[in-house]
Amino acid sequence: MIKAVQFTGIFKGRTTIANREKVLSPFWVMVQKEVSDHVMSWRFIILAALMGLTCMGSLYTSISNLGRAIKPNSPESAFFFLKLFTLSDGTIPSFHVFIGFLGPLIGISLGFDAINSEQNGRTLSRILAQPVHRDYVINAKFIGALIVISVMFFALTLLVIGFGLILIGIPPTATEFLRIMCFLLLSIVYVAFWLNLSILFSVRFRQAATSALTCIAIWLFFSVFYEMIIGLIAKAFAPSPDIASPEQVIKFQKLIQGFSRLAPRQLFTDATSTLLLPSVRSLGPLTFSQMFGAVPNPLPLGQSLLIVWPQVTGLIAAAVLCFALSYRFFMKREIRSR
Amino acid sequence: MKLPIIEFTDLTKKYDQLTAVDHLNLSIYKGEIFGLLGPNGAGKSTTILMMLGLTEPDSGIAKVCGINPTTSPVEVKKKVGYLPDNVGFYDDMTGLENLVYIARLNGLPLNMAKEKAMQLLERVGLVDAADKKTGKYSRGMIQRLGLADVLIKNPEIIVLDEPTLGIDPKGVKEFLDLIVQLSREEGLTVLLSSHHLHQVQQVCDRVGLFVSGKLIDEGDIASLSTRLFSGEPFIIEAGVHINANGENNLPFNLETSITGLGNKLLNMDGVKSVAREREIIKIFCERDLSSAIAKTIVESGIDLNCLVKREYGLDDIYQRYFEKEEVK
Repeated sequence: MIKAVQFTGIFKGRTTIANREKVLSPFWVMVQKEVSDHVMSWRFIILAALMGLTCMGSLYTSISNLGRAIKPNSPESAFFFLKLFTLSDGTIPSFHVFIGFLGPLIGISLGFDAINSEQNGRTLSRILAQPVHRDYVINAKFIGALIVISVMFFALTLLVIGFGLILIGIPPTATEFLRIMCFLLLSIVYVAFWLNLSILFSVRFRQAATSALTCIAIWLFFSVFYEMIIGLIAKAFAPSPDIASPEQVIKFQKLIQGFSRLAPRQLFTDATSTLLLPSVRSLGPLTFSQMFGAVPNPLPLGQSLLIVWPQVTGLIAAAVLCFALSYRFFMKREIRSR
Repeated sequence: MKLPIIEFTDLTKKYDQLTAVDHLNLSIYKGEIFGLLGPNGAGKSTTILMMLGLTEPDSGIAKVCGINPTTSPVEVKKKVGYLPDNVGFYDDMTGLENLVYIARLNGLPLNMAKEKAMQLLERVGLVDAADKKTGKYSRGMIQRLGLADVLIKNPEIIVLDEPTLGIDPKGVKEFLDLIVQLSREEGLTVLLSSHHLHQVQQVCDRVGLFVSGKLIDEGDIASLSTRLFSGEPFIIEAGVHINANGENNLPFNLETSITGLGNKLLNMDGVKSVAREREIIKIFCERDLSSAIAKTIVESGIDLNCLVKREYGLDDIYQRYFEKEEVK
C-alpha cells in the first residue's frame, strides 16, 4: 500500500518538473526539504571541502608515483587507470583507503541528529499531525541523506577521473570504468550503513550529542581497536605450526579472518581492493596447491564481483538491519511534543 | 438534532501502572468551542494524541468525523488541525517557508501553497514577519504562526493544546479572540485544552473537567455551577476593617467580635455557610441577602469596607471539585 503511494509519488515528481500545476507527493516534498537542508548546512559544506581535499591529495600522490609503479609485463599494467584510485607512496593514503576512513564520518554526520533534532525542535509532532504516514519521516531522512551522499560521491569520483584523464592522458577502458562505478556503488552502500546506524541512534537517544558520540565511538572501535583486539586474540590462541596440522592452521586463519570481517570497514576494504586491483584472486588464505600453476593474470570483472559478493551482501544486510531497527523503534514510539 | 463530530467511547490509555485516560465518554458537536480542563497530567494531551492516532488507545474507540483515528490516522489528519503544546518551527526557515512546507505536505501545489500561506499570515497578523526566520519570532508570534499552520489545511476541527501558555495577557486576549472569530466565521469545531481557567471561561461554549484521567463533569459553565452549587448559588464577600497591629479603636476584643459576627451571619435565614480569609468574609447563601448582611455587619460594630456579590466562575467550580476529590 505504502509502496504504491511512493511509486505514484515518483511519477508525480517527474510530471512536476514538466508541469508546475501538478502536485508533488508529501513524501517527495519531505525528501526535497531534507536534501535542501543538507546542502545548505555548514556541516555539509565542511564535509564536501574535506572530501575535495582528500580527492586532490590522493590524486596528487597517485599521479606522482604512477611512473614508478608501472612495471613492464606486469599483469596490472593493463589497468593503468585504476592506479589513480589505489596508488600511494605511504605518506597520504590512496583514494579508496581515504573513503574507507572518511565515509563513516560522512554517514554519521548526516544522520546523527535526524530524528532527535526534530523532536527537540518540537517540530516532529507538528509534522506528524499532517496527513502523512509516520514512516515518511524516517524514510525521507534516509533517502534525502542518501541522495546527497550519492551525488557527492559521483561528483568526486568523476572529478578524479576527469583530472586523471587530463593529467595522464590515457582514457580508462570500459572494464576500468565499470570497476570504478562498482567501487562507487559499494562506497555508497558502505556510507549508507553508517548513515543508518546514526539514524538508529538518533531515534534512540534524545540528545544529538549522545548519538553522535556513540556513533563515533563505534566507528573508532571498529577502525582502530577491533583489529588490535583480534590480533591479540589471534596471537594468544594461534596453534603452533610445529604441532598443528596445516588444516588446523588454515582453519584457525579462516576463523580469525571471519571475526575481523565483522568490522564493516574490513568488508569495505576487502571488497574495494578486489574491485580496484583486478589481480586479487581470493580474500581468504590460499594453499600452495591452489596457487600452483595459476597464471598471474588479472580477473575479469564478473569474477572479481563474485569474490566480493559476500562482502557486499554483508554490508547491505548490516545497513538494512540498522534501518529496520530504527524503523521499528520509531513506529512504536509515542510522539509527544516534549 | 445535533450530530457529534468527535466521539469518544470508553477510551482508555494506560502507561505501566498509571491510567492516563480512564474510560472516557464524550461527544463534541460541530461548530462548538469545547474546553478540556484539568491540572497537568490529567490526561488532556493523551486524549488529544489518541484522537489524532499519534498514540493507540488500550481499549475503547475514538471517532473523528466518523473515522477511527487508530486505523486510518491519515484520513483524520486531513480533517483535523493540531497545534501541539509548545509547538516548534524550523528555526532556519522563514515563517512563510514553514507554512508553505506544511501546505505542500497537505498536497497543495507550490504556487497555491504560497498564496494560501500569505493569506493566513495576514489573517494572524504576521505579514510583516513573513520573511523573518522563525528562530527570531517571539513566543506570541510562534503561537500565531502555529494557528496559521493549523488552518492551512482547511480543517473541520482544530485542536489546540495549551495554546495560551507563555504568551503575555494582551497576546492571550488577541489570540483567543482570533480563535472565536475563526470558529464563528468558518464554522470550525474547536477543541481547546488548558489549565488556565479564566481564558477557557472567556471562549468556550462547553467544558469538560478532567481529573486524573477521568472526565468528572461536562457542560456549559452556567449549568456546571448550578449543578455543583445548587444549594448555595450566591456568594457575598464582605471586606471588613481589621487593624492587624492591634491598635484597633474597637471597644472590645476583635476576634470575639468577628466570631460573634460569623455566628450571627450563620443564624440568618438563607445563609448556608460562612468562611473568612483575613479581611474578607465569604457568605454563601441561597438568596440574595446583601442588604441584610450589610445591616448585620454594621450593627455588630465592625467597619464594613465593601460588599461584593459574586458569581461562580470556573475557578470556584474547579476548587469545589478538588475539595471533593480530596475528601474521597
